[in-house]
Amino acid sequence: MTACIDMQDLSSILNRYPPEKRYILAIMQDIQGEYKYLPKAGLQMIADYVDAPLSRIYSMATFYKAFSLVPKGRINFKVCDGTACHIKGSKIIIDQIDKYLGIKPGETTADQEFSMETVNCLGACALAPVVVANEKVHPKVTSSGIIDIIKVYGGPNDAADN
Amino acid sequence: MPQIIEAGKKMILVCCGTGCLANGSTDVYQELQQQLANHDVTVSTYTKATGCNGWCEKGPLVKIMPDDITYCQVAAKDVGEIVAKTIAKGELINRLLYRDPKTKQRVKSHHQIDFYKKQHKVALRNIGEIDPASIDDYISRDGYQALNKVLQAMTPGLVVEEIIKSGLRGRGGGGFPTGQKWKACADVESSLRYIICNGDEGDPGAFMDRSIMEGDPHTVIEGMIIGAYAVGATAGFIYVRDEYSLAVKNLGIAIDDARQKGYLGENILGSPLSFDIEIVRGGGAFVCGEETALMASIEGNVGEPRDKYVFPTEKGLWGQPTVINNVETWANVPVIINGGAEAWASIGTEGSKGTKVFSLVGKVINTGLVEVPMGTTLREIIYEIGGGILNKRKFKAVQTGGPSGGCIPAEMLDMAVDFDSLTEAGSMMGSGGLIVMDDHTCMVEIARYYVNFLAGESCGKCTPCREGLKAMLEILNNFCQGKGSDADLQFLTDISETMQMMSLCALGRTAANPVLSTLRYFKDEYLAHIHDQHCPAGVCRDLTEFYIDPEPCTGCGLCSEHCPVEAVSGAKKEAHVIDPAICIRCGECRNQCKFDAVMTR
Repeated sequence: MTACIDMQDLSSILNRYPPEKRYILAIMQDIQGEYKYLPKAGLQMIADYVDAPLSRIYSMATFYKAFSLVPKGRINFKVCDGTACHIKGSKIIIDQIDKYLGIKPGETTADQEFSMETVNCLGACALAPVVVANEKVHPKVTSSGIIDIIKVYGGPNDAADN
Repeated sequence: MPQIIEAGKKMILVCCGTGCLANGSTDVYQELQQQLANHDVTVSTYTKATGCNGWCEKGPLVKIMPDDITYCQVAAKDVGEIVAKTIAKGELINRLLYRDPKTKQRVKSHHQIDFYKKQHKVALRNIGEIDPASIDDYISRDGYQALNKVLQAMTPGLVVEEIIKSGLRGRGGGGFPTGQKWKACADVESSLRYIICNGDEGDPGAFMDRSIMEGDPHTVIEGMIIGAYAVGATAGFIYVRDEYSLAVKNLGIAIDDARQKGYLGENILGSPLSFDIEIVRGGGAFVCGEETALMASIEGNVGEPRDKYVFPTEKGLWGQPTVINNVETWANVPVIINGGAEAWASIGTEGSKGTKVFSLVGKVINTGLVEVPMGTTLREIIYEIGGGILNKRKFKAVQTGGPSGGCIPAEMLDMAVDFDSLTEAGSMMGSGGLIVMDDHTCMVEIARYYVNFLAGESCGKCTPCREGLKAMLEILNNFCQGKGSDADLQFLTDISETMQMMSLCALGRTAANPVLSTLRYFKDEYLAHIHDQHCPAGVCRDLTEFYIDPEPCTGCGLCSEHCPVEAVSGAKKEAHVIDPAICIRCGECRNQCKFDAVMTR
């Protein structure tokens, strides 16, 4: 996956910030925003840029929940598992996505089409339970409704064989 | 504080808070602008995208001033009619008005709606009334007057005194007296001091800080500048969750505008005060809401807390004296200065002055943000403002304080809510999430949910929190599968007590609250899981079997229509049957049933 990373783009992100350790988080956020994950080459570049060991960059990349070290799928389902969504049934939605796509939170399908993650609260509790597919918000999702949503994005009609 | 609307003009306010945005308010706003541009309206108008009005349940909300009309659940397709009738001719569109469920009457103004009647807006005073991207809007509602006042007429010491006198306590969870914190920081000898706004709102189900940062960013900034003047700080940071993209954007615009107008930067308004603010975007770690972890994160480290034998007011960010307050706390500061401490403190209770913003969510009719005087009872908040429990179900508990808080049962609904009463009940104020639960919520599973959340968010630095949560989670997972014993219950209590005593930071010290409070008030549910392998709420899937009672079942077919696995069968108008072998126990049939015919065993 790292083959398609443009080093030029990466360094232009780095150059938005002074080479100080306190900007590591901001740089990583911008890279994550651009690539939807943190490519290994990017971590090394940050380490060189702010003059910190790679281990420190890695520890931050794994500590903060916002970052992923593996690429996300074309469609990324963010299932809100905040308390309001939870008591209105987000768990079953997570299970349904697993059943139909064969992925658990944090995983991506082998064909790189779909990934799923859970988020703590999107602050849209009036619409609970909420699923966000890329940027599109799907409100009040039910256990059967999620199957239709999966289909809309090109997912299978039947449950995954696993 | 009425906003000045030019005579003969109409102002159309479209709520663009997160809830309304998710419901399509951008389309409404764009459609309005387009239609107003094309339509031959003789009335001149201006349209504003505002922050969150709080009433997310009925969004997108459109308010028309000065007529004081509030339309609910407006869609882009309604815009044409609004422009042609209400804007052009002043006619009301009945179907878009709120219908009071008690009187069955349509209501024109939001002031007549129960959801708003009992509220008292202080921190949220401007939200929904102004365009958050306009500094002039903020100024037109007494914005930056408090800053002018302190710079011209008050010494820093007097400002601190005023905040102490007001009795303002930190709105982020701890409830520490804000003025005392400022005084402690000002009293330390140092040439460099920092101000921090904690906007790392991580409690699931809480979004009040987000709404303030999105809907009225200047009030936070003004509060921080006043704080900087009071303690002698030169630099400030707003630490905000990166997921809150609209808050980050609006704060950024507000900081730039404030600089332009001379409220930030060198020699603010010609005074000796120099102060500027930088935004730091959080990385999505719950523990960073803890102040020492937050500061570690600003410094560019992993957000791990440290022991607070030395307070941040003495040694905080980069080892310098630092005042760190929550968003809502900062939002109250300009009001205290403008109206005086006494007036501000005239609302609230003896130990908890002022108002508190709550996000009222869960199984309640009116989901949204509410601001009420401290001391308002839970019953008033949930039943009068919130409109009661969804689908006429039975109230079971309300969870306050997020993962560090606890569950409060029905017997305590008449409790007046303030910092102290919540703590006494084994919960806490926290940042102000109120999650309403009904009889279809399993309290054991809720405890498991919070422990699971915290186990994932624990930074792992200290042993009691890291290992304690892991052990508790294992026990609770077992309970939810009917595999538990009385000895486990005792063990759960023991771990809880150890964590309360021995954990390094507040995350670990309070992590047991959801477990202890549910054990205290809902022990019978735990016992049902352990002894009878039964989940009374019908939530824990291994312990639940859904069946249809043929008596109340009318055979309407709603359940089978919504079943994702076709486990429900039956002819029209005849009692339906659930096949337990196919059923995945999602409970959707029970949610859909209008006749309470779906039961559990």
